[in-house]
Amino acid sequence: MSEKTTTNTSFFNDAGNRALLFQVVLLTAVVAIGYYLFHNLQANLQDQGISTGFAFLNEPAGFPILIHLIEYTEAGTYGRAFLVALINTMLISFIGIALATIIGVVMGLARLSQNWLVAKLATVYIETLRNIPLLLQMFFWYFAVLAALPHPRDSIIFGDFFLNKRGIYSPNPIFEDGFGVVIFGFLACVVAAIALIVWAKKRQTRTGEWFPAYWTSFAIIIFGTIICYLLAGSPVTFDLPEASRFNVKGGMVLVPEFVAVLVALSTYTGAFIAEIVRAGILSVSWGQTEAARSLGMRDSITQRLIVLPQALRVIIPPLTSQYLNLAKNSSLGAAIAYPELVAVVMGTTLNQTGQAIETIGLCMLVYGSLSLSISFFMNWYNKKMSLVER
Amino acid sequence: MKSNVGKILSTAAIAATISTGAAAATLDDVKSKGFIQCGVSTGVPGFSNADSNGKWSGIDVDACRAVSAAIFGDADKVKYTPLSAKERFTALQSGEIDILSRNTTWTYTRDASLGLDFTTTNFYDGQGFMVRKDLGVSSAMELDGATVCTEQGTTTELNMADFFRKHKLEYVPVVVQKADEALSAYASGRCDVYTTDKSGLAAHRSKLSDPNEHVILTETISKEPLGPVVRHGDNQWKDIVTWSLFVQINAEEMGISSENVAKIKAESTDPGIRRLVGAEGKMGEALGLGSDWAYNIIAEVGNYGEVFERNVGPDTRVGLPRGVNNLWTEGGVLYAPPVR
Repeated sequence: MSEKTTTNTSFFNDAGNRALLFQVVLLTAVVAIGYYLFHNLQANLQDQGISTGFAFLNEPAGFPILIHLIEYTEAGTYGRAFLVALINTMLISFIGIALATIIGVVMGLARLSQNWLVAKLATVYIETLRNIPLLLQMFFWYFAVLAALPHPRDSIIFGDFFLNKRGIYSPNPIFEDGFGVVIFGFLACVVAAIALIVWAKKRQTRTGEWFPAYWTSFAIIIFGTIICYLLAGSPVTFDLPEASRFNVKGGMVLVPEFVAVLVALSTYTGAFIAEIVRAGILSVSWGQTEAARSLGMRDSITQRLIVLPQALRVIIPPLTSQYLNLAKNSSLGAAIAYPELVAVVMGTTLNQTGQAIETIGLCMLVYGSLSLSISFFMNWYNKKMSLVER
Repeated sequence: MKSNVGKILSTAAIAATISTGAAAATLDDVKSKGFIQCGVSTGVPGFSNADSNGKWSGIDVDACRAVSAAIFGDADKVKYTPLSAKERFTALQSGEIDILSRNTTWTYTRDASLGLDFTTTNFYDGQGFMVRKDLGVSSAMELDGATVCTEQGTTTELNMADFFRKHKLEYVPVVVQKADEALSAYASGRCDVYTTDKSGLAAHRSKLSDPNEHVILTETISKEPLGPVVRHGDNQWKDIVTWSLFVQINAEEMGISSENVAKIKAESTDPGIRRLVGAEGKMGEALGLGSDWAYNIIAEVGNYGEVFERNVGPDTRVGLPRGVNNLWTEGGVLYAPPVR
């Protein structure tokens, strides 16, 4: 409709105007209904004497949280507790996603293996874990882990490490003044390594000569950082754990709740990812591999440069769903005392403040944005990986 | 998972259905549907616990049964909704249940800001600690550095924090969503200490495989008056629930039990007793009930002492002494206003 129509068409006969009108009417109706529901809710909550609003986030929470990566005490606010819980949820989600991906890829490849035993073991793993409810697996891991480990008094001691029912205790590094130098050195090494890889790739394109860039850059990062650390005068001391009356005190502790949730989430989702990986690889026709071989490519290069890029296009969309599932399933951790969002906000905070709508709203907002961010990233990655048609 | 869904559904229900009128007469609703919907726990022996046939019993269950007896003349017109600690208030607010009788502590915040009314106290409790005997702990003051298991969504969590903070003791909290799993974690050795109300400790200890290996420490670190809760704003309904319990306490004080109530109604000349059992006057009318409401409560459910002995008394598995939950005339704190 780029060119102007004749002026004698009436306003309502113009398709563009009509479409716009309907949009406006619909939008108004949606907003009005939303407003009505919100207003109704407010009025009724007020009638019932239920207080509303987010002011409670500034009140002192008064309850402790088992795992907090940022500073938190009982005297902290509900807002702070919310933040702690949010970080715990994100922590378990991201580590879970990374671990599930590794397990999934390994198991997916294993199921395709020519080795009968490896393939069957992978099949058993996948079919078992896929078909047992996740909550049940969490209880299993939690209570299995607890049952298998010794009582604190009979801790398994390995140097400065303690292992018992309360978790794995390790020395806690305390970073001193000079540590900034080490971080800077590490970052410099990373930049150097990336530059090396870029240079090697360019040179290979230009001259066809190959350089072991990955191994070299790996070595640069490791040894470079160690040298910086020694030059800065080893600016890290350790807070060592030691046995006390009830528990092991001091040091850094990895609690069984975290381990159980992480193992349950990553093995469960890993089983699904394994099937997705298998499907992706099978979707690349065998002819591609044969073609690569006939050109004299090694198997590892065939996989990396021919099969995987094509398989990824099939793998990524369902993989995104699995990542989203994992992030949302982390809420089941509440059942076994992992202090994530549902446990802290919809559990303790809700119980203490009675602000059901606000706390549940907050949780929904967080899970919504977490899922959308994962989805956004994966869509971007998918676009990057998709076949560029020429 | 299930509890979360329930929570969200009931929240949605608040948003959608409160508009039917917050202060609607619960009594009329209950009479027209023919039963009371009673919110109970998911299983605390002695308070509200279902047996293998799905039959509920316990002190909290009897609170609902007494109301049912007062209204219908039949204590069994009650349907039960098992609720986790965190679901309970939402279930009541949204109208899913008529009475919340789930060992719920009466606190200022709950009474004042949740749109709820606490009726009266049917069990005076206090929070305590349970530890393994072989730890050799005799006082809560020795718990520095201990790991403590507890159920989520209760006042217990806060009292625990306050206690350790007040006494400058360090501790590690393990807060589990449901009481059963919290207890399993304690039993498996994840924690040194299990904490909840003392009645709950006794009840839970009876569930452990080796009850005699565990000891409940003497300290009581909080006041926990437990009692039935109703929605704010329906005064008549609140009065019915409150007085159903007062009747039971008065009955015990007057020596009326489920066994002798019929005889006493026929023979007693004491005007106070005659008013209570409905032989004289029309006491029930003011509450919108029949004149034999109190008689039915005593006949069907029994007096407070009977309820206590049957559910949590020394001869039961829970095995609690009357202690503070005795009549004021017997050295306890149960003191019900007179029915006159």
